[in-house]
Amino acid sequence: MINDLPVVDVHGVGKSFGAVNALQDAHLVVQPGECVGLVGHNGAGKSTLMNILSGVLSPDTGTISFAGEAITARYGVSEAKQFGLRCVFQELSLCPNLTVAENARITHPQIRGFGWRNDASELIKNWLDEVFPDNGIKGDDVVGDLTIARRQMVEISRAFSSLDEQVRLVILDEPTSSLDKISADQLLTFVKKFTAQGGSVILISHMLREVLSTSDRIVVMRDGTMVADDATENFDRDRLVREMGSVLAEDAEEASAETARANTARVIQIPAKDGIDLNVFQGEIVGFAGIAGQGQTEKLIQIFDASNGKVNAVNIDNAAAFVAGDRQAAGVFPGWSIEKNISIASVRMMVQRYLIDPLQEINISNEWKERLGIRTDDLSNNILSLSGGNQQKVLFARALGSPAQIVLMDDPMRGVDIGTKQDVYAILKQEAENGRTFVWYTTEMDELKHCDYVYVFRDGEAVAELPSHKVTEASILNASFDPATAA
Amino acid sequence: MNLTEKPWIWAWLGTVSIWLVIASISGLSAGTEVLTAAASFGTFFVLVAIGQMFVVTLGPGNVDLSIPACMTLASTVAMKVMNGSEAMLIPGFLIVVAIGLTIGAFNFALIILLRIPPIIATLSSSFLYLSTAIWYNRGLRVKPPEALAEFATGKIGVVPLLAIAVLILTVLMHFVLHRTYFGRSILAVGQNAKAAHLAGIPVERTRFLTYVMCAVLAAICGYFLAGFSGGAALNMGEEYLLMSIAVVVIGGTSVAGGFANLPGLWGAALFMFLLVTMLNTLGLSAGYRLILTGAIIVAVIAISGKKR
Repeated sequence: MINDLPVVDVHGVGKSFGAVNALQDAHLVVQPGECVGLVGHNGAGKSTLMNILSGVLSPDTGTISFAGEAITARYGVSEAKQFGLRCVFQELSLCPNLTVAENARITHPQIRGFGWRNDASELIKNWLDEVFPDNGIKGDDVVGDLTIARRQMVEISRAFSSLDEQVRLVILDEPTSSLDKISADQLLTFVKKFTAQGGSVILISHMLREVLSTSDRIVVMRDGTMVADDATENFDRDRLVREMGSVLAEDAEEASAETARANTARVIQIPAKDGIDLNVFQGEIVGFAGIAGQGQTEKLIQIFDASNGKVNAVNIDNAAAFVAGDRQAAGVFPGWSIEKNISIASVRMMVQRYLIDPLQEINISNEWKERLGIRTDDLSNNILSLSGGNQQKVLFARALGSPAQIVLMDDPMRGVDIGTKQDVYAILKQEAENGRTFVWYTTEMDELKHCDYVYVFRDGEAVAELPSHKVTEASILNASFDPATAA
Repeated sequence: MNLTEKPWIWAWLGTVSIWLVIASISGLSAGTEVLTAAASFGTFFVLVAIGQMFVVTLGPGNVDLSIPACMTLASTVAMKVMNGSEAMLIPGFLIVVAIGLTIGAFNFALIILLRIPPIIATLSSSFLYLSTAIWYNRGLRVKPPEALAEFATGKIGVVPLLAIAVLILTVLMHFVLHRTYFGRSILAVGQNAKAAHLAGIPVERTRFLTYVMCAVLAAICGYFLAGFSGGAALNMGEEYLLMSIAVVVIGGTSVAGGFANLPGLWGAALFMFLLVTMLNTLGLSAGYRLILTGAIIVAVIAISGKKR
């Protein structure tokens, strides 16, 4: 009988924060065994809707029913969980100071008594192996020590894991943003298996390819409301982009001429330890590729520290700025306004007679707010009032607004919508032409196409060097596993 | 910004209401005298609390427990070296500053080189400082030079001289916190040390300077407190440990780091002094006084915490 009713029926739900209408008259129905793709720009209201479904926020208007039962005013996080709803949010919710097993125990309080750690460890490991085979994560790993990709794997596996209760609906909000291609594919395969067994999934992703390949039905949101709701076979990439309201700038597929290294000064040089020499020339966009967590982030940090004179293994003469991809842990200053978050990398240059010049601070923030299109009417608002993608733009603004001529980017497009990405790519190109140098670690194949040169990483070292015309999914994967065949 | 959103407003509201109680019981002239006394003692609280506030703002776990020992050691050495001679006032002051610099650097070395949590590092180092003070002077009290005592107890009208000096320092520190690169760095490190590092802020240097500044302010406080109370004593810093932390927290600075303000320090320092005075005025015995003091502090923090 439960199977006849939709798992979730959102009817005419609205929510506003002060003057901002985050959500108006939203409708969403999810049937058992169905994977619904939810797409839309940053700030379209997707996360607000998910927060309402999971009981974090309560709606101002409208009704929500789970399996035909309307929720009441008392609906909250624990009621949602009881119903069998699980969420994987963009900002991960694991406790970094606890182990993987202990984090699993938080979701499953019924694990108790002697040896609960072993029980929890076994449970989460089973699910990790189920969703991400060969993940290499151990139950007693401390979450804070894991790479962001592995943290995301734990978070996702934990959401699907069940002991005796039924997991009916799992909301995945940008689940693959930190995952490499292989793990992302593993997850999507698992989602199909999960829905085939009667579970439901809401998949929110900016990776339109994933939504198109995995979901049964796609709902498009724009400006807080649904603008399209149709079976997946009626969509293609162009229609999705059109419905979302942005024009797809044709990917610059200049029939790739042989690319040589830039004929400019060498700005970064890292002599090889186990792998190959790593060189970056001025004005280049150099990509770091490979499976997630193979030391790309660490290498970027090493280059950054070298630019401050703290590391000797890297030769670098210029100042460098850093764009963090792990927003919460390494990017955002949660107590500060948008303006201060932008200016922090530049304020040292704005000091006159010991004091920071507030006018210069405002100017630089305004300039980059305009150039990157950060969606806010007031730069003195707290940074956390922005959606995730807009927070990421602030981090770009911080680095691009700084005087540093080298910009290091640590998979910075996590949870950023396609329109914004196009804007940022264009600005990167423009800045590179003006002589800025970019080193860009990314887990997205599409982004590597914007690079002049790509280094593939394995075991913490660059093992292969590919000019842009040789960058293909096959060549990257090849080099990720066997350096001999790709170099 | 609405006034009720200012984190320091609660300490000041508390101060004003307590003073009104005292003045209504004892009359206006007694009320003024109490205020002068509060300013005299509050000045010393504020002086150490400024340093403690910057340290606490560095983020969770950062606190300097060596403040009392630092005050004691610095003032003991200075009083003995000056030996009551007014010609030695400046050298004495310089010695105090040098001791502050040394202690701050030593504290930070323990924290960073030996990777000891600040709370343990400064607690254990304070035993060293206190022992050094005992060894140096066998606990004898040396009188301060006359001029120092006069300055430390001097007033313009009803306003203590030192209070004016520390008020000027407070204003300066307000600019240091909000408008200098150093202050901005402290706030950034306190909110997110990793992000601060990646934004190019010299995290360790910022922490080093903050711990050193805290110790120097504590040493200077010891110097003037010795002048104020007729000499250095081994237990002179005792109440300053909890007081420095209480004043910082009641003043609206976040224990979690990253948020600080200076007006709250004055509000909280006066509040703490007036609170005890009021309970005295009401004729309560010591036991009740302590219970009420504790309860009222908890209440103030709870109210202001909810608004944040």
